Amino acid sequence: MGAITRGIAGNLTTGGVFIASAINNTSVGSVTSFASVPSGGSLKLLQTQNASSSATIDFTSNIDATYKSYMFRFYNIHLATDGAEFEFQADTGTNTNYNQTITSTYFLAEHTEASGGGAFSYQDSRDQAQGTAFQHLGVDLGTDADQGCSGFMQIFEPASTTFRKDFICQLQQAHQNDLSLVGYIAGYFNTTTAITRFRFKASSGNVDSGTIKLYGVS
Amino acid sequence: MGTITRGFANNITTSGLLLPGAFNNSSFNNVTSVASGAVDSGAMQFISTSTASTSASIAFAFSGSYKEYLFFYTDIHPGTDNAQFMINFSTDSGSNYNVAKTNTIWLSQHGESTENSVGKFYKTTLDLENATGNCMINVDSGADADQTTSGYLHVFAPHDTTFVKQFISTNNYSQSGDYSIHSHVAGYANTTSALTHVRFIMNTGNIDSGKISMYGIS
Repeated sequence: MGAITRGIAGNLTTGGVFIASAINNTSVGSVTSFASVPSGGSLKLLQTQNASSSATIDFTSNIDATYKSYMFRFYNIHLATDGAEFEFQADTGTNTNYNQTITSTYFLAEHTEASGGGAFSYQDSRDQAQGTAFQHLGVDLGTDADQGCSGFMQIFEPASTTFRKDFICQLQQAHQNDLSLVGYIAGYFNTTTAITRFRFKASSGNVDSGTIKLYGVS
Repeated sequence: MGTITRGFANNITTSGLLLPGAFNNSSFNNVTSVASGAVDSGAMQFISTSTASTSASIAFAFSGSYKEYLFFYTDIHPGTDNAQFMINFSTDSGSNYNVAKTNTIWLSQHGESTENSVGKFYKTTLDLENATGNCMINVDSGADADQTTSGYLHVFAPHDTTFVKQFISTNNYSQSGDYSIHSHVAGYANTTSALTHVRFIMNTGNIDSGKISMYGIS
């Protein structure tokens, strides 16, 4: 015990504060989690869902006032039905109707793998004016084995009870006719009730495969 | 020794719990790492930065196993006026940058001198149709001392061996004719092989200066 006492004392200031020689990497080697230490980054992964012939992909938790905005990131979303559209809606509380009022815009740029083409257009059949339908994200998606879509969508202050809820999405896609197509979708949920949940699905058939990740942005 | 013992005693509770006074910032000077995952560092990880200095090109390996890679480029200054800043991908560890790509490119622009120069344009002469050449992410960038390009590039799931590889880039730059141009480029690398590298290069001359940073998103 005497030897131990001397060892500790050598690593203390006269005020009893541990000096650097008292602690090294080995000392903290058994600490595998600092539960209360905040994340060092501004992008926090909250949830990952992998589609597997999924009729819907729902995110029903983690969406509250913790973060100012939330971001969904889509990786190789592959639908089961050729020409189907990837789409989303939201709901409040614990409701499961997914029919919030949306006003949105949709424009896209497209270019074929074959020679020629290349166009830029507004999609008035895919926007909404105070509509409650699912909002189109992916357009006439291809179901070849290597086709899919990837991108991201940010939702701003879904927990606000004062403001509408803005969203912005960019989705790069492989169209069923072998087009490279990028969609720029933006709009707002015209409600002052907090939005707590989101649903993603195909307009026809299911979501064969793909990954959707939900992040909090601080 | 007695003084030290009394000082330390003041920094522990009667049950032996260390109080805040037992440590200060210097106490941890010899702790240079903690167990993996012990501190949540966020879902977006800085990987590396490359600073151009009259560089013929700048390449990055898709190191790690991230689902997505994000490149921020800041103040890219071409060595030659009217140069195009471009990207291409490699599937063979950087030996060749010649992956087939189909992409879109459109611009919105505004001149410094006249309102007549505003507009948005799809660039049918600059997009790629399953071509292996470099993909332009700006057009006719200016090489005046104060002219640059800044923006970002997302590459989704480059390690995947099932799907094509989607990418999205958004930029703003000073065009050689003194326009501010917002360029939007998106497409896919039409291969099911894993991408190993991305390379940034000018169509003529070098990258005089600027910084490109790579991040992984998990």
